Amino acid sequence: MLELRNRKVAERIVNQIKALHINLKIMHVCGTHQDTIVRYGLDHLLKTCGVEVIQGPGCPVCVTTPLEIQQAIALAENGVTIATFGDMVRVPAGDTSLEKVRAEGGDVRIVYSIDDARAIAETKEVVFLGVGFETTAPSTAVTVLDEPDNFSVLSFHRYIPPALDALLEMGEIKIDAILCPGHVSTIIGALPYVPLAEKYGIPHVIAGFEPLDVLMAVYMMAKQVQEGRHEVENEYVRCVNTEGNVKAQKVIGEVFEPADASWRGFPPIPQSKMAMRKKYAAYDAAEIYEDVLEGIEELPEPKGCRCGDVLRGVIYPQQCPLFGRVCTPSNPVGPCMVSIEGACNIEYRYKND
Amino acid sequence: MNTESKAFIVLGFLVHMCLAIPGQIAEIHGTKAVVDYGGITREADVSLVDVKKGDYVIVHAGFAIHVLNKKDAEETLKIFEEFFDHA
Ligand code: SF4
Repeated sequence: MLELRNRKVAERIVNQIKALHINLKIMHVCGTHQDTIVRYGLDHLLKTCGVEVIQGPGCPVCVTTPLEIQQAIALAENGVTIATFGDMVRVPAGDTSLEKVRAEGGDVRIVYSIDDARAIAETKEVVFLGVGFETTAPSTAVTVLDEPDNFSVLSFHRYIPPALDALLEMGEIKIDAILCPGHVSTIIGALPYVPLAEKYGIPHVIAGFEPLDVLMAVYMMAKQVQEGRHEVENEYVRCVNTEGNVKAQKVIGEVFEPADASWRGFPPIPQSKMAMRKKYAAYDAAEIYEDVLEGIEELPEPKGCRCGDVLRGVIYPQQCPLFGRVCTPSNPVGPCMVSIEGACNIEYRYKND
Repeated sequence: MNTESKAFIVLGFLVHMCLAIPGQIAEIHGTKAVVDYGGITREADVSLVDVKKGDYVIVHAGFAIHVLNKKDAEETLKIFEEFFDHA
């Protein structure tokens, strides 16, 4: 099979993009894309072709709101065992975080999959923080459908297409094309992007995570723009088909229903959160612990942190005055520096090597 | 940075980010399978896909989400070939 890191091929694609003489601003919504782009220096390479790429709200931990973090903290402070992926514990809310609550005796467990959380539930009641987009939500749904004892989910799961819609609708920055996320698309397929491509008249191209995948997708977008087309195209055919993973879509639809929700840095986005259906209330931590979660007042964003602007693609991480000086991965001020899918964290990791 | 947070970042990487490297199904036990990544094996849930032993899968957060087939790989090749035919 084709070597997806082949330098010569990369050069040829780049030359072809250059030959199109185009000026493009592309947004993507995926931490793994950002990782590939920054790690291989594609950001700089593409700039020489007139193409700017920026990460939007594509980091599940980052878009989780202060209120949601506070809710998780409130549960832990009330003696509830929390199981979560690692990044979440370090996201600050005010002067605390799940990590700090744990240091003070709270039972906060870092797990590597939802199955680890289920293993904890064998001996004690546990709340799993459901974080992630359409790629991760099916694993939560499958687990809930299995009706585990002592187990509930606080769902922070979100849908990507409504966020893209909101972002393009806001029109805060000029976006000429969308680089669609690889594995979210493995689940949802290519069809959900069609109405967006129509409504906003811009190309949407699904791409894989190898450097050549990204370059080829950029070429496909540039070509569309040059030819005045705005279609949904799929570069990542080896992992994404038009209809997506129907089994996974079914389990998401069975357990969750769309609800309006805030995303960090955004006004409320209609139908963008996966709320658990009433039918599964017995596994919904938002129902079970309603009394603990009620009436929490949302804290403001960390002082000086511009994660909201980073997540809307208004600024690059380096434009935040705290970046690399006050805010670093070992001492993060905001979630975009905490999460390995966050733009600030990725920028810091590769540019400070 | 201390070693714990380093290890945490590396492990977190495997969990959180989209691991785009396919693994091969070595064993299947009901909804669970053993997936082989060139000698390193990991368990994965296969209830979201239809798989058999020997298939290549993409795994995300412990769940196989896609089965790769030869046709898909050839399609990828086609995108690049078409590009070179015209470039
Ligand atoms: S560098 Fe730190 S403070 Fe600035 S936006 Fe990123 S996470 Fe927030």
